[in-house]
Amino acid sequence: MARVRKRSTHLSKLCSFSCCRRAGATDEHARIGQKGYSRVVYCNEADSQEQIRLKYRGNYVSTTKYTAANFIPKSLFEQFRRVANVYFLVVACVSFSPLAPYSGPSILAPLVIVIGATIAKEGIEDWHRRSQDIEANNRKVEVFDGNGSFKETKWKDIRVGHLVKVCKDEYFPADLLLLSSEYEDGVCYVETMNLDGETNLKLKHALEVTSSIRGVETIKDFRAVIKCEDPNEHLYSFVGTLYYECKQYALSPQQILLRGSKLKNTNYIYGVVIFTGHDTKVMQNAVGPPSKRTRIERTMDKIFYILFSALVLVSFVGSVVFGIETKKDNGGNYGRWYLRPDSTTVFFDSRRPLVAAFLHFLTALMLYGYLIPISLYVSIEICKVLQSIFINQDQAMYDEETERPAQARTSNLNEELGQVYTILSDKTGTLTCNSMEFVKCSIAGTAYGRGMTEVEVALARKRGEIIDEALATDTAEPGGSVKGFNFRDERIMNGNWVNEPHSDVIQKFFRVLATCHTAVPEVTESGQIVYEAESTDEVAFAIAAREVGFQFFSRNQTGIQLHELDPSTGERVDRLYKLLHVLEFSSARRRMSVIVRNPENQLLLLSKGADSVMFERLSEHGRMFEVQTKEHIERYSEAGLRTLVVAYRELDDDDGYKLWEEEYVKAKTSVGADRDDLLDKLTDMIERDFILLGATAVEDKLQKGVPSCIDKLARAGIRIWVLTGDKKGTAINIGYACSLLRHGMRQIVITLELPEIEALEKQGDKDAIATASLESVEKQIRDGKSQVDEESSIEFGLIIDGKSLYFALDENLVKLFMNLAMSCATVICCRSSPKQKAVVTRLVKSVTNKTTLAVGDGSNDVGMIQEADIGVGISGVEGMQAVMSSDFSIAQFRFLEHLLLVHGHWCYRRIAKMICYFFYKNIAFGFTLFWFEAYASFSGQPAYNDWYMSCYNVFFTSLPVIALGVFDQDVSATLCLEHPSLYQEGVQNILFSWIRILGWMFNGVLSSITIFFLTTNSITVQAFRNDGQVADYSVLGLTMYTCVVLTVNCQMALSVNYFTWIQHLFIWGSIALWFIFLLVYGSIPPTLSTTAYKVFIEACAPSIRFWLTALLVVIATLLPLFSYKAFQIRFRPMEHDTIQATRL
Amino acid sequence: MADMNRERHRTRETAFYLFTQQSLPACKPVLTPGWVITIFLFMGLIFIPVGLITLRASHSVVEIVDRYDTECVPEAFRIDKISYIQDDSIPKNCSRFMKVHKYMKAPIYIYYQLDNYYQNHRRYVKSRSDKQLLHGQKYHDTSSCQPVELNNGQPIVPCGLIAWSLFNDSFTFIRERAELKVNRKNIAWKSDRDHKFGKNVHPFNFQNGTLIGGGKLNPKVPLSDQEDLIVWMRTSALPSFRKLYGRIKEDLDADDVIVVNLMNNYNTYSFGGKKKLVLSTSSWLGGKNDFLGHACVIIGSSSLILAIVFTLLHLKYRRPYGDTSYLPWSRKSLSG
Repeated sequence: MARVRKRSTHLSKLCSFSCCRRAGATDEHARIGQKGYSRVVYCNEADSQEQIRLKYRGNYVSTTKYTAANFIPKSLFEQFRRVANVYFLVVACVSFSPLAPYSGPSILAPLVIVIGATIAKEGIEDWHRRSQDIEANNRKVEVFDGNGSFKETKWKDIRVGHLVKVCKDEYFPADLLLLSSEYEDGVCYVETMNLDGETNLKLKHALEVTSSIRGVETIKDFRAVIKCEDPNEHLYSFVGTLYYECKQYALSPQQILLRGSKLKNTNYIYGVVIFTGHDTKVMQNAVGPPSKRTRIERTMDKIFYILFSALVLVSFVGSVVFGIETKKDNGGNYGRWYLRPDSTTVFFDSRRPLVAAFLHFLTALMLYGYLIPISLYVSIEICKVLQSIFINQDQAMYDEETERPAQARTSNLNEELGQVYTILSDKTGTLTCNSMEFVKCSIAGTAYGRGMTEVEVALARKRGEIIDEALATDTAEPGGSVKGFNFRDERIMNGNWVNEPHSDVIQKFFRVLATCHTAVPEVTESGQIVYEAESTDEVAFAIAAREVGFQFFSRNQTGIQLHELDPSTGERVDRLYKLLHVLEFSSARRRMSVIVRNPENQLLLLSKGADSVMFERLSEHGRMFEVQTKEHIERYSEAGLRTLVVAYRELDDDDGYKLWEEEYVKAKTSVGADRDDLLDKLTDMIERDFILLGATAVEDKLQKGVPSCIDKLARAGIRIWVLTGDKKGTAINIGYACSLLRHGMRQIVITLELPEIEALEKQGDKDAIATASLESVEKQIRDGKSQVDEESSIEFGLIIDGKSLYFALDENLVKLFMNLAMSCATVICCRSSPKQKAVVTRLVKSVTNKTTLAVGDGSNDVGMIQEADIGVGISGVEGMQAVMSSDFSIAQFRFLEHLLLVHGHWCYRRIAKMICYFFYKNIAFGFTLFWFEAYASFSGQPAYNDWYMSCYNVFFTSLPVIALGVFDQDVSATLCLEHPSLYQEGVQNILFSWIRILGWMFNGVLSSITIFFLTTNSITVQAFRNDGQVADYSVLGLTMYTCVVLTVNCQMALSVNYFTWIQHLFIWGSIALWFIFLLVYGSIPPTLSTTAYKVFIEACAPSIRFWLTALLVVIATLLPLFSYKAFQIRFRPMEHDTIQATRL
Repeated sequence: MADMNRERHRTRETAFYLFTQQSLPACKPVLTPGWVITIFLFMGLIFIPVGLITLRASHSVVEIVDRYDTECVPEAFRIDKISYIQDDSIPKNCSRFMKVHKYMKAPIYIYYQLDNYYQNHRRYVKSRSDKQLLHGQKYHDTSSCQPVELNNGQPIVPCGLIAWSLFNDSFTFIRERAELKVNRKNIAWKSDRDHKFGKNVHPFNFQNGTLIGGGKLNPKVPLSDQEDLIVWMRTSALPSFRKLYGRIKEDLDADDVIVVNLMNNYNTYSFGGKKKLVLSTSSWLGGKNDFLGHACVIIGSSSLILAIVFTLLHLKYRRPYGDTSYLPWSRKSLSG
């Protein structure tokens, strides 16, 4: 009944079927006209002076982040919120001063490219939002023009005060006050899926005084003033007063139709626009999901700090040496006279070496800025977007039934998918389909319904019983073609029930099922009747009743009509049950009843509810089948079925009832804190002395592939917690069914359903209960912990119920509890509320300090999804709210396996490798500059031509890294799934551990040393060509740079595990690009190309020494890492190495 | 044709499908022991011979180096070399003897080598104007030439510190009383002569200031023919560098003694620099440098050693390749 409980708040609206609305003005209504309640709407007078003077916003909606005017400044501002970008901007600005070691444009160019790319990406995203806005703004709706006709008007032109007509299946263009509808009583049905994710229909009700305003003439003359609250984000509240014909009428949310919801089951309605555009409740609600950052990104920030410190340190060392060297020039004979220390600038002033050293420090910060990879952020972003596209495109995660692919709603969490330590899952709708199927029932002590549920099959397997294949397979394919109905029993079906011994009980039983609910029938085009209800259980009941022969086909304010089989005549007759009262469901009551008057004029109380509350309410003579029914219920819930007890009571149509009814109506319409208590007391008075009819069993079907998926995830070492609203028994059984609880696992159950606690509850002393409960929970946790500590070889499953959880999350206990929970392989929290789900998620996140993933489908999972590191929404039957707040959405739970084990693993690996490699390549490059400085007396002269350097990150080394970040796979998808343990590489963060990061950095330094010293010693001092020419500054720079480009690209080739033509193209293409660049850049006039002019073509290319040196340097630089890898793979293989080897 | 087109279309479609499903045909290199050993052996077998050949080339080069900066200062001035070099009245000529210890085949390259001379200093490197070198006085914006930009309000051509500090020691070579012919043409890069230094640009107002740096230039010769300047202006990469002075077109026999008459004009004394004169032949790999050969041999032999070590370890620790049971987390039972 979890579903029903969740919806209880909305069920209350159904009371309007029978009882009056609140009439009196509440406290809030008194505040109208004051601050916060100042809105005034002149109905049907949108063009009047008074309305225009108020200057309310129009209905134009814009959800874009930028406008055409502010795009450039705002997006630039966004970009420079990143520290690294600010650093680069400062560098670029300073680079136009004489401080700069190289020319300004060459520094600015990469920054412009990098930031331009990011801004372009922002722009494209915003453009998509904009086109959606345009679509919404240009939808049309009929607006009354004041002269007696309705005109089609675009949404964006609607203003406050307009009177609009909305037709069936149209969205409401703004927040409207419902005036009247097709129906005389002014009701209409709306679907609020876009608001709260609930697919069921809600009833809205116009004020009586306005419900007759329907004809054009009456509309024309309709004038009224609404004073109401200011725009706010509360979807379920509204305070306002309607001034109409000199009278005041209080308005409630009942009369408000919200933008974003849809008109259903009603041909048309008339409404007055109250809130428009951004003032509407849905727009006021629109807040982006909380932005989440991944672990890797956080580590990356630390690496940036390390690099910044390295940069400062290196610059400082350089400046000190530079200062000393410069000071030496200050002698009588001017030391290095060729530098003219006598006529110098402040930057090289040997008389003020401290100042010179300080200025040099700034220069050095710029020079060694290459240690910090400018394009890292943008490269990572590009990679992640492409990775998301791959996730979206993956056919393995495409659900053919619903035609829904997986969707990465945010691209920045991809690699986090590879590090999930705990999965917190909702049960209903996530593990199970949430399509309830009526499978069994127990009527008059006889169990009906054959076939086995999946849980039963699993249970039987667990017990080692032999399963009747015929029965087992029977359930595999849903019975017949009727959705929601999998009941087979020839004793009941096809009207056979009349021959059963207790046929009268059976008749009553199905009558209760057909009438005691809040479902609304809807006739489809094919003539079939489908039901819409707040809970899927009720739909299943209505369908079951229909299939057996009690077809519920019409409902209105006062009654319910059934087609029934008359057992005496065998004919189908229509019967009208007058619906007098609905005693709604609530989680406290755990039962629901209706009071009806049947065609025989009998007054009946029909009821269904949880076994725990129903059995104690049976009358003395109503307990005939109690024992058998209890037994059956036991068996059903063991089989993972949801059970309800069905009972009825005949009411005496006397003064006693009348008195009760009076009291009840009064309580219903009363306003005050004690209203609910009063209602509870009254319903309690009448809901007793039931006569037991039987019990129903509804199966919440497991989703396809759930058990095997959970098994895989468990084998990948991921802990799975199930947080469900179900009761303990059901939860445990579902646990077995989806192999969360496995054979040989020991269960630790923490519960407060203990005799001593219950005894206390009867006494009602709240403090005593709390203390006792806390003690009891603590004791149970300690017991559990000691069990776990004693036997380390057995796996444990922890089951805790919501009430105990409340105490276990107490400050003093939480540590102990989490400690126990962490040592259990499976944790099931049953009977937990949405809030508890979110709290548990937060706790798991903070206690384990590892990645948590929450998966759910309903609006009750939103808290959990937003709280977790990664939120996954199942885009199932329960609307889109979970999906809207999630980071990834999938159509079925089983796709989680593919999402985590394949995409998660790949993305983690890719990003981790990419970042390490990025730092490597920049350190390898940046440090060659430093070594060169050491030989240029730290004067700040870069070793390379300015444009070589600025192209380094953008052209010669970026594409292969991106290819690595997007395409690399260590093992194929199939192998990922075959070897789930591979996933542990991500969970244990092996590929992005500090050792590995520092290792790569060290390798970068080592590479730079190798490159610098091998190159300098090989090509200088002697002639480096056979024609006697020596290598000068430009030749050395070019050679060294060539070595760097070759090395980092070949290093990349060594790290890639997966070579498609793309990798080949990018890696070898980057190298080729460098040589092409040399040719092109070297052939433009020397005033532009400066030191690069013809160096390659004239000096280097003809020199064998140049090529030989390049070859030697590349091999020598790659050798350390290659050898390390070779030995490591052979003697200390990691998981993926081993799997790669098995592939051979 | 239509069929073929459709066929092509389909293959393109499947290729795109494979791309989106990340299952493009790919080469997935795995470092198996076989490959590792092969690669190590291969590198060893490549680099050791290459290194040996390189060493041989290096050894075939005959190189004579003579440091003359100290020797060419008269005994009396050895204590204060700076005043010697700065005093124009003292004659700077000096004679050195160089013994050829091995037959040297023409062309023999003459270099001068400077040590501890920071031609790569930022202030120095920047102090030039490529545009002025090409266009002469027509080009006015020579601010980059600071501090040798103007003299007496007149622009200096060529401007800048590099040109101003032009090396001006000169050498003549005598063998058995006959002067050796030294070819001082074509010592600069062709591209420099053709495109970087103007054919119609003549030195102007050069070395006219109070502080004379290095050599002077003949104002009648255009810059594109001032090869010493062009060579000098290709700044060196490191503080020790050689620059080409000329070529001797005659072979030198072993035990020949060459008398070098030089003008020791250039001041390296104030910053403790050294000056050397180098005569060297050239091989296909350029001048004498054992480093490259040694490095190749070292890399090659370490590859060989790694190959051997790897093979031995591989044979010693035999275990089926691809056994997952060695992994740390495989030992824990995760599957239950």
